[in-house]
This record gives sequence, C-alpha cells and structure tokens, in this order.
Amino acid sequence: MSVGYAILGLLENGPRHGYDLKRSYDERFGHGRALHYGQVYSTLARLLKNGLVEVESEPGEGPDRKRYAITTAGVTDMEGWLGTPEKPEPYLQSTLYTKVVLALLTGRDAADVLDGQRTEHLRLMRELTRRKTDGDLADQLICDHALFHLEADLRWLELTAARLDQLAARVR
Amino acid sequence: MRRWFTELSLGVRLSVAGGRSSVARLAMISVGVGLGVAMLLFAATVPAVVSARDARIGARAVDRSLDLPRGEDTVLLMDVKSEFRGRQIDGYLVQAEGARSPLPPGVTRRLAPGEMVASPAMKRLLDSEEGALLRGRWGERVVGTIGAAGLGGPGELYFYQGSDRLTEESGYRVRAFGDAEVAQGVPPVLLLLGVVGLVVLLLPVLIFVTTAVRFGSESRDRQLAALRLVGSDAVMTRRIAAGETLVGAVLGLLTGGLFFLGLGALAGRAVPERFSFYPADFRPVPLLALLVIVLVPVSAVLVTQSALRRVVVEPLGVVRRSGDRRRRLWWRLILPVAGLALLYPLHEGLDQRAEGFEYQVMAGVALLLVGVALLLPWLVEATVHRLGGGGVAWELAVRRLQLDSGTAVRAVSGIAVSVAGVIALQGLLVAVQAQYTRETGHVTDRYQAVAALRLADLDPAGPAMARLKSTPGVEAVGTAAWLRAVDPQGGSMTLRVGECGVLRQFGKVAECADGDVFVVTGQYAPAVAAGTTFGLAESFYEEPTQEWTLPGGVRPVPPVDDMLQAGGIILATPGAVRGVSTPLPADVFVALDPGDTDAMERLRNVVAAVDPSAYVRPVELRTVEAVLVTMRQGLLVGATALLLLIGASMLVNVVEQLRERRRLLAVLVAFGTRRGTLTGSVLYQVAIPVLLGLVLAVATGTGLGAVLQSAANAPVRFDWSGIGATSGAAALVVLLTTVATMPLLWRLTKPGGLRSE
Amino acid sequence: MQPLLTAEDVTYSFGPTHALDSASLRVYAGEVLALMGPSGSGKSTLLHCLAGILTPDSGQVTFDGRDITAMSDTARSALRRTDFGFVFQFGQLVPELSCLENVALPLRLAGVGRREAQRRSAEWLERLEVADVAGKRPGQASGGQGQRVAVARALVTRPRVIFADEPTGALDSLNGERVMQLFIAAARDTGAAVVLVTHEARVAAYSDREAVVRDGRVREQEYAR
Repeated sequence: MSVGYAILGLLENGPRHGYDLKRSYDERFGHGRALHYGQVYSTLARLLKNGLVEVESEPGEGPDRKRYAITTAGVTDMEGWLGTPEKPEPYLQSTLYTKVVLALLTGRDAADVLDGQRTEHLRLMRELTRRKTDGDLADQLICDHALFHLEADLRWLELTAARLDQLAARVR
Repeated sequence: MRRWFTELSLGVRLSVAGGRSSVARLAMISVGVGLGVAMLLFAATVPAVVSARDARIGARAVDRSLDLPRGEDTVLLMDVKSEFRGRQIDGYLVQAEGARSPLPPGVTRRLAPGEMVASPAMKRLLDSEEGALLRGRWGERVVGTIGAAGLGGPGELYFYQGSDRLTEESGYRVRAFGDAEVAQGVPPVLLLLGVVGLVVLLLPVLIFVTTAVRFGSESRDRQLAALRLVGSDAVMTRRIAAGETLVGAVLGLLTGGLFFLGLGALAGRAVPERFSFYPADFRPVPLLALLVIVLVPVSAVLVTQSALRRVVVEPLGVVRRSGDRRRRLWWRLILPVAGLALLYPLHEGLDQRAEGFEYQVMAGVALLLVGVALLLPWLVEATVHRLGGGGVAWELAVRRLQLDSGTAVRAVSGIAVSVAGVIALQGLLVAVQAQYTRETGHVTDRYQAVAALRLADLDPAGPAMARLKSTPGVEAVGTAAWLRAVDPQGGSMTLRVGECGVLRQFGKVAECADGDVFVVTGQYAPAVAAGTTFGLAESFYEEPTQEWTLPGGVRPVPPVDDMLQAGGIILATPGAVRGVSTPLPADVFVALDPGDTDAMERLRNVVAAVDPSAYVRPVELRTVEAVLVTMRQGLLVGATALLLLIGASMLVNVVEQLRERRRLLAVLVAFGTRRGTLTGSVLYQVAIPVLLGLVLAVATGTGLGAVLQSAANAPVRFDWSGIGATSGAAALVVLLTTVATMPLLWRLTKPGGLRSE
Repeated sequence: MQPLLTAEDVTYSFGPTHALDSASLRVYAGEVLALMGPSGSGKSTLLHCLAGILTPDSGQVTFDGRDITAMSDTARSALRRTDFGFVFQFGQLVPELSCLENVALPLRLAGVGRREAQRRSAEWLERLEVADVAGKRPGQASGGQGQRVAVARALVTRPRVIFADEPTGALDSLNGERVMQLFIAAARDTGAAVVLVTHEARVAAYSDREAVVRDGRVREQEYAR
C-alpha cells in the first residue's frame, strides 16, 4: 500500500522513468532492501488502472522509454492519505516514516502529519486509560502493555518532530 | 602524613578554585574572621599601650616624702595643675640647686628661670590662635619640647618651667626622677571593671569568629558531597574541609592584621588626649598576638569539624542529622554553675580578695557568659516546642525553628552573650559611678569658681586681691578665713569666716546678714550652745591664741555637701567675730561674668601669676569620676561595634538560608502567599530566638551585675534604662538585619524563581 | 461554550530567548488539558503565564472574562489563593510543616481558621489515601506520598483551575499512575479544570485533549464536534 503512495509522492515533483523511480525509492525508503523492478511496474500498473498516474511515451523502444506522471486525482489521493492518521498499532514506524518523508519531499507540512498522528495515538491511549481505570487487574495489565507501546510510538513521533529540519535537509 | 598533607592541600585548592561562589565564601570568611582577629589583636594591644604609658609616667614621677638636704645633685620642684577650656594641663616648676641636678626624662637642657619645655601638644596649643589666652599664664618662654620619653602620650599637655623663686617651704626637693612605686596602683573596682569588660567584649568576638568560619557552609558541604562521589572517604572529607577552613582562617588573619593597622591609625585619633598613645606603643603583646595567630586557625578547624559532626556528607548529597534528638540541659548547666561558684566569694566585697582575684573573676564571668551561649540553644528548643497557634507567618517560623533552631541560635548567641555582659558591666558602672558621683549641693548663683592659694598674700587691701578683682570678667571676689575652734572640753571644730555668699558654699544658709552665726549640722557634729567660749588657733598644730564666745541666735544649717556631714563647722560673718584677729584668708571664691566665656581662663592666668601652685576649679554641682565616664563611653563604643558585627553575621545567615530555599519561596508565592506573610515569617524566625536570647541575657546580666555590684560594695540596683537601651539596641540590630534581607526576599519571590531546571 | 481561561497572543522572553511567541490557548471549565511539547518548548512558561505567576510581555490572559495581565500583583496573588491550585514536580512542600499543615496552608492563607482548615485537609488526605502521613513531615514521607499531599493541597481550596507541572515527573510508573488516577478523579469530582504540563504520553492520556507547545507556539487540539 505505502509503496504506491511513495511512488505517487516521488512523482509529485515531476514525471519520471520507472528505473528512476526504483532508484529514488531505494535511496529514501529501501533501508537496504531494494525494490524489485517487477514490484515497481506492478504498482505503476495498479496506479495507472486507478487513474492516479498517466504515461508519457518518449520516442524509442523498451519499458524505459515510458515516463510516468501524477494525475490530479493522484495528488488528491496522496493528500488524503497523508492527512489521515494511521490507526495506532504496533510497528507503524515504516509507514509513518514514509509519510513524513513524502510530506517533506512534496513540500507539505510534515509537522501536521505528526500532530495528527499524535492526536490519534492519544485518542486511543485515553480510551485505554479509561478502560484501565475502570477495569480489573487483567484489563489494567493488558491496557498498560498497549499503552507502553503506543507511548514508544509517540516518543518516536516527538523525536522525529524535533528532527524534521534535519530530515528535510537530507531528503531534498 | 603525606596523605594528610595531600588532602589538606586539596581542600586549599578547592577553596580557591571553586569559581565565583567559593571566592565569595572565602571573602566572607576572611572578612568575618578578620574583623574578629582585629578586635582580638586590639585587645592584645591594650596592655602594651597601658604598660608603656605607665612606664613613662613612672619614670617622671618623684617621691615627695623625702626630706633631703640641699646638695649639688638636688632639684626643687613645684607641682602645677591647671586647665584650659576643660583640657587638663600638668607641669612642674623646676629649680636646679647644683651642677649635678637631675633632668626630667625627655628634657635635654637645663632651664633658666622662665624658660619652658612643653609637650608637643602643649606647644601646639600655645602657638595656636586658640591658645592666645593661655600664652604667658606662667610668664613662660618656650625653648623646646619634651621628648616622648617624658610623656604619657602625644596628646598630653605637660611642661617643665625653670624658676628661681622656689623654697623648701613652697616646693619639695628630690635627687632623681623616676618612682616605681607610683606605677599606678589601679583601684580594685576599676580593675574589676576592666577585667569584666575585657571578657564581655572578647567573648562575643570569639563567638563571631566561630560563626564566620561557617559562612556558606551549605555550598561547601555540597562540594564535599561531590568529592565523596568520586571516592573520598568520610575521614578524608573532613581533612579536606579542614584544609579549606584553614585558607579562610589564614586569610582572615591577614585581613585582621590589615584591619588592626587601620584601627590603630583611627584609635590614635579617637582616644581622648589624656589616654593618647604613641603609634610605637600600639603593638600587641607578643605572647597574646601569638595566641591569636595560633588559636584562630585552630579553633576555626575545630569548629568546622564539630559542624561536620552533625552532617553526614554522602556521595549523593548532604544529610543533616535530624533535630529529633532533644538537647539535654544538664551538661549545659555545668559551666554557668561553675562560673557562679567562682564569682560567689565576691559578694563579700573586694576587701577580702585574695591574690589573683582578677583571674578568678575573669574565669567566672567567662564561664557564666559561655554558659549563656550554651543554655540558649536548649532554651530556644524547649520554648519553641511549646509554641503553636498564631497566623501562617508565625506557624511557618515556629515550625522552622522546631525543625532546626541551631542556625538561628548560633547567630543569636553572640548577641545574648554580649548583651548579658554589657548589662552586667553597665550595672556595675552605674553603681560605681553613683558611688563616685555626688550631688555636691554647692550653689553657683553667687560664686562660680574657687581657688586655694597657699603662697599668696591675700590681704584684702593688698595688690594680689586688687589684681584678682580687676581681672576682666571677674565680678566679685569673696574670701573665707579658717580658724580652729577648741571648745572647753578640748574638742576641735572649724570656724569659717566670710560674707554670706561665701558661707553658703559650706552650709545651706538661707536668711543671712552681717553679724549672723550658723552651725553646720551633721551626724557627728558636736552640739554647741550659745555662750560657749572657744579658743581659736590659726592651724592644727598651733595652740589657741585668742578666745571667742559664740553669740546668741546661732542657727543650725544643713551641710551643702555630704562630705561635710562629719560636721563640726561654725560659719560666722565678719560682724560676728569682730574683735577677733582673723588670719589672712586662703580660699578665694570668685563670681564670674556668666556672659564672658573666657573669664575663667583670665582668672587662671591671674591666679597663676599670684601663686603658680594654686588650682582654680569651677564650683561643681556634682562630681563625676572622669575615668568612669570614659569607661562608659568605651563600653558604648565596644557594644555598638559588637552588635554591628553580630548583625552582619546574622545577615549572612539569613541570606544564606533564603538562598537555600529559593524554590520553596517561589512555590509559596505561586499559590498566592502574600509577601507580607513571608516577611513576617522571616522576622519571627529571627525575633523569637533573639527575644529568648535577650530574656536569658537580661536575667544573666542583671544577676551578674548584682554580684559585681556587691563585690564593689555598691548598693545593688538595677539600671533599667541601661538594660532597656542595650536590649533595645540589640532588638534594633535584629530588625535592621531583617529589613536588610528584604530586598533579597523580594527578589527571590519574583515569579522567575520557579524556573529552577 | 465559553472558555474559562484563555491566553491570547502571549509573548514572553527571558532576556534574549523567546520562551513564548504569540501563544494562544483556551481552557474550558472542568476539562483536563494536557500541555505537551519537548523540554524548553515553553510549556512551563505558558503555564506560569496562565496562572498569573508571570506577566507576559505582550498579549492577554483572561480568567472568567477578567484580564489578569492587567491585575495588580496583590489581586493576582488573591486569585491564585482562591481560584487556582498548583502541583509541581518537586520541592513544593514546606519541609518543616507536617503534611497536614502543608495541605492546610492555602486555606490558612485564605483566612480559614486553623481547626477548620485542618479538618478539611484531613478529609483530602484521606481521599488521596495518605491519611497516615498527616502528622509526619514531608521529609519522612515517600515521594509518591509527597505528591499526593501536594495534590491534596492543590484541591483543598476547591479551585476552578489546577495547574500541574510534571506532577509525576519524579515518580516511578506505578506511583505516577496512582497519583494521576487519584488526582484526575478528584479534580473531576470537584469540577476543577486541570492544565497538565507533561512530556509523558501516558500522563497526557489522562487528559481530555492536548495542546502541543513547540518553539513558543501552541498547536491546540480541538474537540471533535
């Protein structure tokens, strides 16, 4: 799912070749695990089918002669995705990271992304806290476990928020 | 041993290398210790100054009781005692009788008749405009000055003048100057005063020094905690602290030395001229100075160690041993009881005193006063634990004192000790002064000056009387003749003959006309009846040469002066002794123009010309022993200096405590505590211990005063005004101290104080 | 709904550093608002401005419609005594007073008699489960007990706003949780609003909504309508 948004995000700065997209993706989001070409083209095909990207062909042969560009629908979709906080759950970092980088990359306010996410996290934490306060010991222990994980996420969020400037300099 | 040295020197390094706060701490300690050291050195100097004076005064004194034949090595002397505008002038007329006549100390040449050598102060006075009226009083020609060896101090007005008119009758003959016997037998009462005064002034200084060493100890403790963290053990920590204190103490000694030099320069000017001293004399007695130099650092280290005893310096901070352990009373009573025991023999008076009684008194007073310092913490604790109720400010203060009264008490004990001492001393002074001060009962409406002329011819029609009467400013001169009246039983009485105004100098004569006779009544006055016939003689040694019958209408009158209560005085106007040949009078009473301030000095000039040995004095309404006045002044100055010193140390304490609590203060302000409440709590916190200290001090002081008064055979009385003034001054110092801390309190309670992180 | 306490464009500097730069915030009656943000972001300064402890360089703080920036120091102190309560991280209890006397202190400052003040304080200590330390001095109580005493002290005057600055900052999780539970429950019971400065999400989770302070500005989370 997020690979698609990553590609949309990368395209927002201008049309690119598939090969180009793979390289940019690997650089920013690969973290040592490169994307297969197949994965790139299948994702692009899905985006094409949904009308989120379009193809500009250049004279010549082969797949590398195709340049992809984002459509207006693609931009809207991207915005919607960035603006919707993720449902708080464990091991969210990679998605959140992608979102933050893409927001920075596309000149959007990454802090908004983080704040929205915090609110979402806190909403859940409040609920868990309420449940804990009213519940028995088992409830308390279970809720606490979730709370500590969410708190860890939030800490990561804070840390990221504090380092947005640094990150922006690296991404651009 | 090497390790010891390393640790001590680490402490030394810490004390100087700890940045701004430790420099400030060091500065506070060295100034505090320095002030104390300066006062101690000053006290150590007094004996040196006094003994140097005494030695020089002894060297010029002469033994008047010798009955020497005239010789090549003798000299005739006559005492001259005079005054100029309230300043005392002393001197000798000197008449050498041979080639080997001795010279007085400080005098290098023989004096021809009329030639004078004067003390530098006297010469300055004579040369000055102010001294114009004095010039020529003795017909002198100043030919030089007396050297330091012949003077008590540089301010003394003193002279020697050559003469050729002295006779064996008018002067006395000596062979040498210098009389060790004269060396100032101090009256025991004054010795008692001096001894007590010394203890009273020095003890608080010592207490102050021990307080000063603890300035800023909070931050020092934190420093030590940091050292513990990096691995120094408790014993090492103590040695490091000792090293640190030593730096403060040694710096304090140096500062004290500087203060002392400054003090010397000031004291030289501030002292009344009778007590002036030469700068060269202003040197501490070496042994005492050594004692100060050794004892101050040693006691500083001891104080630090004992302070650390109550504090556990842990690696992560400082733990104060909690004040839950109640203070015990019994051992605190040992010293004051011992002091009282030492003082007890005194109540029988000084007359039966044994050799070395002054040491016993000194020890007794010291123990009693130290006892005050020891009892105070117990008293404060015991009282504070019973306190409760009251407003928030009161509650905050009381609870604070309940938790830790030591800090507050330490500052106050100095006040308590000095107030107790000063009250005792003042009581003694007042009592002694009352003994020495008499309402003379003299009347000054007619005559204002009196002189006894031994050597002059006071024939009422003679030239001397004419000169006296014609002196500008002199309005009238009365004389009193003296005769011994022997009644038929052989009892002796005194007959004074003079006009009414003169007679009023001896008895409270109201209605009086020429021809009246009065008898002065008194406890021991023999009864006399009109018609008694007395034999009259011209001196004590002579037999009566004529007779006189006491006329009728003799009236009894009370004496003017308690001294005359011995009685036995008949006062007669000239009209009542007509037919009796009265000898030439000796006592001259002079009425002066009250508007002419120089009249007295002109009179002295004339009298000196007529009889150089005569002493002209104003008719006094009361006599006060000048030494006592000076002592009271000294005590006042000393007490003020002490209170200021103590005020300074209290200020430092309060400021330190406020700093320590800055966060708490900010929190209290955050939830709406009025500053007035905080101010009030600081005030209460200072005032409660001070009040208790004053109560203890007044009780001890009046008790001690009573003992000392009975020792001085003075009726025991309490000098309430003195007690009020002294405790008032102490309370004022407290108040001022509190006020002085207000700016800091206000600054600390500014809203920014919450930002401590 | 009218906010009870507002900050409008509040600026505050410590010398050259801008602690607050045009910060605005609304606090509604009875809500628990978490003020979050990294350290040094100015959240404590904002709290002090809201509480009338600091006077902002510019901007306005109103409480119940009254502009407290324009009030005299005395009036603001009185306001803090009667309408505000405070809980800090540490060092807030007077060490020489007993815990009971510490709780009674704000009442006594407001003029309540000793007996009555202590009776009410004892109730609050009971409520916060620290009745057993009433007679002890703070130094003799544990950290958690001390914070509960501090909470009792903040609540005892039944203030309309309680300002809590990292109230559990010096406590372990378990003690912190317990303090927060008792604190928030008691605050809700009395209807007091709470402004809770914290950098811990688990503490902030006791709030109804949060506001984030970053670089002296406030990003305020609104209630979903």
